[in-house]
Amino acid sequence: MMFTPHTPQEIEEMLKVIGVDKIEDLFENVPEKHRFPELDLPEPLTEMEAADELDYISSGNASTDEFISFLGAGAYNHYIPAAVDMLLRRGEFYTAYTPYQPEVSQGTLQAIFEFQTLMTELTGMDVSNASHYDGATAAAEAANLAYHFFRGKRKNILVSRAVHPQYRETIRTYMQGLENVVVLGDEDQADMSTGLQQLTGKIDNNTALVVVQYPDFFGRVIDYTNLIKIAHTQGALVCMIFNPTALGLIKPPGDYDADIAVGDGQPLGIPLSFGGPYLGIFTCKKKYVRKLAGRLVGETVDEEGQRAYVLTLTAREQHIRREKSTSNICTNQGLMALAATIYLSLLGKDGFQQVANLCYQKAHYAADQLSNIDGFELAFPETPFFHEFVLRTPKPVNEISDHLINHGIFPGYDLSEAYPEMNNHMLIAVTETLSREDIEFFAATLEEVAND
Amino acid sequence: MNTPKALKYAKTDEWIKVEGDQAVIGITDYAQDQLSDVVFIEFMIEEGDQVSKGDPLATLESVKAASDVNFPASGTVTAIHEDLVDEPEVINSDPYEAGWMIKITLEDPSELEDLMDSESYEAYNAEREG
Repeated sequence: MMFTPHTPQEIEEMLKVIGVDKIEDLFENVPEKHRFPELDLPEPLTEMEAADELDYISSGNASTDEFISFLGAGAYNHYIPAAVDMLLRRGEFYTAYTPYQPEVSQGTLQAIFEFQTLMTELTGMDVSNASHYDGATAAAEAANLAYHFFRGKRKNILVSRAVHPQYRETIRTYMQGLENVVVLGDEDQADMSTGLQQLTGKIDNNTALVVVQYPDFFGRVIDYTNLIKIAHTQGALVCMIFNPTALGLIKPPGDYDADIAVGDGQPLGIPLSFGGPYLGIFTCKKKYVRKLAGRLVGETVDEEGQRAYVLTLTAREQHIRREKSTSNICTNQGLMALAATIYLSLLGKDGFQQVANLCYQKAHYAADQLSNIDGFELAFPETPFFHEFVLRTPKPVNEISDHLINHGIFPGYDLSEAYPEMNNHMLIAVTETLSREDIEFFAATLEEVAND
Repeated sequence: MNTPKALKYAKTDEWIKVEGDQAVIGITDYAQDQLSDVVFIEFMIEEGDQVSKGDPLATLESVKAASDVNFPASGTVTAIHEDLVDEPEVINSDPYEAGWMIKITLEDPSELEDLMDSESYEAYNAEREG
């Protein structure tokens, strides 16, 4: 399709219709000095010169190609089979965007349908949509769903303090326009180990949704059976924010009877890229499908009885239901959802479980090694974890980090900024990409720092 | 299009059947025809709710569109036709009888004076059809 800009004649006609002489008149309300600011740009470059300059700038970045990384906190360095990128770049697929003439894009719709199927199998939930921008916005859409499910009559969204801090911010941002909705539950700086009882104690008949993370932000695998039971007794919905890799090993949200399960799909074949956005996964019980945000692909048969794919239940979407819809999202992360679909298909069930198991084993080896160093200890030694854990350090984390970076190591995440009470705490992630030698090198370097 | 004489009609295409201070509400034959196949109904209220004229009563989804059904009069909800949730197609096949949606006790019967009789409603539809 050609992109055809307006011709000078068309522009003139349009100006005439709205009754102004020239385009500049449309900017009258912008103070004159701000209207066409001097941009002070350097002289133009040739393509070759520009490429050189960009290369030079990017060479200043440190990446996981040269560094070994123990950084997680929401985005994880996993191995991505080469075939993922190969298939992703096929011209038929290579658009980041949701299909806007959906039924002519049968291949794209089929890929989304496969993605939805994989997500429901992974989570044990009934329904998955075609994806969201990222895990944080998917979590916010869960709050939206719950609010609309109760038609605004239940005002409280209860969020665990052990939910990713940026997810909590995103939920608050989404909720600020809704009347009287309160996001609470994460205000207490109480000991994290008692957090769950406190959160459970706050559930009442004004609670629309309880949001917990699994494994939680600190990597801990917590049994939410009791919390979910109590929430359901009070008529509230529960959203579990999951890490997809972990579900290769631990009980899925569907088996917990969660109402909604969301997560970030980045670990499923999507490379690290400045923290995102990557891919939001949104799944729920069938009961809530009419309140589900975003696109949904269904399988049907065409006039000749052949298998065909369509966008389904679109009447709940904003372009039809307008302000009465649950969400204003009418899009999805097409290319990233495809990456996750290819990744999971390539690995298969066994391969995926193997990745999860490797992450688990290596993380536990690392936890053993690191907590054996003098002055370092695990912050939550009693709680099971998956591939991420909190290490208490003898010095503030930022004092340690520079030293590690100089040795080619991305250290763990400094928890003190998001959790002021957790000074000297580092959140460490270990994936299948790290070798025993990497882990031992990290431990040796940390020991050096401690003895500095 | 069927437009029973005994009913009153709202501009937003609801009918109301009144007996004393009791009333039954649904959508008109014209409305169901415009919507085409209704595939989903969600009631926006509960039994016992106090409602005002114009409040949303339910949301309908058809294969073509989603639209609200509104209360043509104020009152207290006494019954909700929950069976429609499982068989919303009844709204298409029998909008005036089996397709009834809500029963209310009227708060102010004088509100009904603003509604149309069958003749005016037919004229209103003819006008919209242009």
